[in-house]
Amino acid sequence: MTAIGPSGVREDFAEILKLVRPNARVLDIGCEDGALLELLTREKNVDGQGLEISPEGVAACLARGLAVVQGDGDRDLDHFPSRAFDYAILSKTLQQMREPRHVLSELLRVADQAVVSVPNFGHWKVRWALLSRGRMPETGALPEPWYSTPNIHLCTLRDFVSLCDALELRIDACASLAEGKPARPIDPRQPIENWRAETALFLLSRKTEPLPAAVPQQNLFGEVELPKAEAPKPRRR
Amino acid sequence: MTAQAPITAGIDGAMPIGGGTWRFPANRPLRLDSGATLAPLEIAYKTYGALNEAKTNAVLVCHALTGDQHLASTHPVTGKPGWWDRFVGPGRPLDPQRHFIICTNVVGGCMGTTGPASTDPATGAPYGLKFPVITIADMVRAQAMLIEDLGIETLFAAVGGSMGGMQVLQWAADYPEKLFSAVVIAAAARHSAQNIAFHEVGRQAIMADPNWMSGAYLSAGVRPEKGLAVARMAAHITYLSEQALQRKFGRELQRDGLSWGFDADFQVESYLRHQGTSFVDRFDANSYLYITRALDYFDLAGRYGGVLAEAFMKARHVKFCVLSFSSDWLYPTPESRDVVRALNGAGCRASFAEIQTDKGHDAFFLDEPLLDQTLKGFLHAQAQARGLA
Repeated sequence: MTAIGPSGVREDFAEILKLVRPNARVLDIGCEDGALLELLTREKNVDGQGLEISPEGVAACLARGLAVVQGDGDRDLDHFPSRAFDYAILSKTLQQMREPRHVLSELLRVADQAVVSVPNFGHWKVRWALLSRGRMPETGALPEPWYSTPNIHLCTLRDFVSLCDALELRIDACASLAEGKPARPIDPRQPIENWRAETALFLLSRKTEPLPAAVPQQNLFGEVELPKAEAPKPRRR
Repeated sequence: MTAQAPITAGIDGAMPIGGGTWRFPANRPLRLDSGATLAPLEIAYKTYGALNEAKTNAVLVCHALTGDQHLASTHPVTGKPGWWDRFVGPGRPLDPQRHFIICTNVVGGCMGTTGPASTDPATGAPYGLKFPVITIADMVRAQAMLIEDLGIETLFAAVGGSMGGMQVLQWAADYPEKLFSAVVIAAAARHSAQNIAFHEVGRQAIMADPNWMSGAYLSAGVRPEKGLAVARMAAHITYLSEQALQRKFGRELQRDGLSWGFDADFQVESYLRHQGTSFVDRFDANSYLYITRALDYFDLAGRYGGVLAEAFMKARHVKFCVLSFSSDWLYPTPESRDVVRALNGAGCRASFAEIQTDKGHDAFFLDEPLLDQTLKGFLHAQAQARGLA
C-alpha cells in the first residue's frame, strides 16, 4: 500500500504530485501525518488544508506547519463552502466511508477537481480468490480479513465508473497503481482494465463545468518532466 | 481629534518592557459598544522577553474570566506562580527568548486596569455600578490601544483560553490586519443558555449578599465575600469534569464519620469552600458581575446577521489553531467545531484538534502534554513562516 518509488516518494503520492498544478488550493481528506500535503506544499507551493481523524496525525500535521482539522470525510465536508478548493484529494479511503456516493459528490462541490483512488474489487486476484476458495479475498490492496477490514463499501472499476456517470462526473485522467510497479495510464472503461488494475487513481471534474485549467493532458502519468514548482512568471515586455 | 496625544509615561514610570500600568490621557477614551466612553483608561500589563527590531515577535496572551496580567510571574496577592507559568519559559510553547509576550488585565478587571473598583473621576469614589457595562469587543479594543502604543503593528500571535479565546476570536473579527496567527483554546463564539444560566446564579449570589450594598460596598468599607465565594464555588464546578471530581474526591470524607450536621463532611465540599474563600482575597465582586456580563453578551456572529463565517471574512491571511478538550462541558467541542466550520466557510486556513482528557475545562491550565505539544508545534511552524525561527 505504501510502496516507495525510486525518488523516495510514495508511488501514489508521486502520481498525485503530477496531477496537481502549482499554487493550487488543495483539500486532503484523511491526510494522516500530512506527508502528501507537505510534499505538495514543497514541490507545488499549494495552499493546503488537511482533514484527519486521529489526534496523532493532527499533531504531526501541526508540527509540519500544515492547516489540519480533526474530522472525517463523512461528516465534515458539508461545512466547507462550494468551490473553496481547486483539488480535493481522497486517497484510498472512499471505500471506508459510510456514504461514498455523498462523499464523492461533496468532493466535487467543494473542489473543481477530485483526485480519488480506489482499490478495484474486480481485479483478477480478487475474483480468483472468491471463485477458487469461496472466501473473502485478502490481497495486497485489500490485506485485512472481512471482520476487521475498514473497507465497508468495496466496488469494481466498472462500478466506480458508473457512479461517476450517475453523478455526472467527467474522468479527466485515470491510472492503474500496483505495488512495486510504475503507474500506468488506463482507460477505465476498457473491460480488460477491470481485471488488470489493482488500484485506480482518478482525476475527476463536473461534466457541467468546462474542463478546469489542468496540467496539460500529455503530462498525466507520462514520463514527461514535472512542471516547475513556481508558477510561470509573466513575460516582461 | 487633532494630532495623536503623546504617549504618557506609565504610572510606575517603568515602560514599556516588563510591564506596569499604562495610562491613556483623557482625550484618548475607550469607546464602548454600549455607546459610553471610559476615560481616563488605565491598563495594567506584564511583558516577558524583548520585542525584536522588526517588531514581528509580539504575542498577546488573553486571560480568562478570573485571570489577570500575571501570566508567568508571581501573583502579588496570592504569592502563587503565574496562571500559565508552565507554558512560558525556554523550550516551552511561549518562550521569552524568542517571543515578546504581552498579557494585559482586561477592562472591567480588578488587578490594575480600569474597572468598577477604580476611582470614578466624576465623583472621586469607586465606580461601583456606575461603571459602564463592557463587552469582549471593548476588552479587545483596549488591548489594541496598548499594542499600538507599544509600537507593534502586527501581533505574531494572539493566544487565549476560555474567555481569552473569545478575545482572540474578537481580534480576528475586529483587527484581522494586526494578526499573523491566532490560538483559541476551549472557547466558543457565543455564550449558550447554560453558560448564561450559571453566570446568573453567580451574580445573584453576589447581589444577595447584604454586604454587596447595591454595588457600593467599597465606599462602605465592606465586601460581599460570602456571595462572591458562592459564585466562585458554582462556577468552579463547571470548570471540572464529572470524572475529574469523582477521581479527585469520590465520596471521601474530611474526618472519620459524618458530622450529622452541615459542616463540610465531604472532601469535595471542603475543596469548593476553599476555592470560594481563597478567591475573594484576590477578586472584586463587581468585577465578577461586569466580566460575566461581558461573556453573556458575547455573540460574535450577532454583528454579522447571525452568520459566524462573515466575522472572519477579512482574516483569510491569519493562521488559526482551535483546540478543545473532550471532557469540557462549559465550552464543549461542538462549540469549537462551529468556530472551525465558520473559519473554513470564510476561506481561512484553520487547524483544529480535540484533546482527549478527563480534566474538563480547566485542562488548559493543567499539565496536559498533548496541549503543550500541539501548541508548540503550531507556534514553531508559524514562527518559521514569519521568519522568526
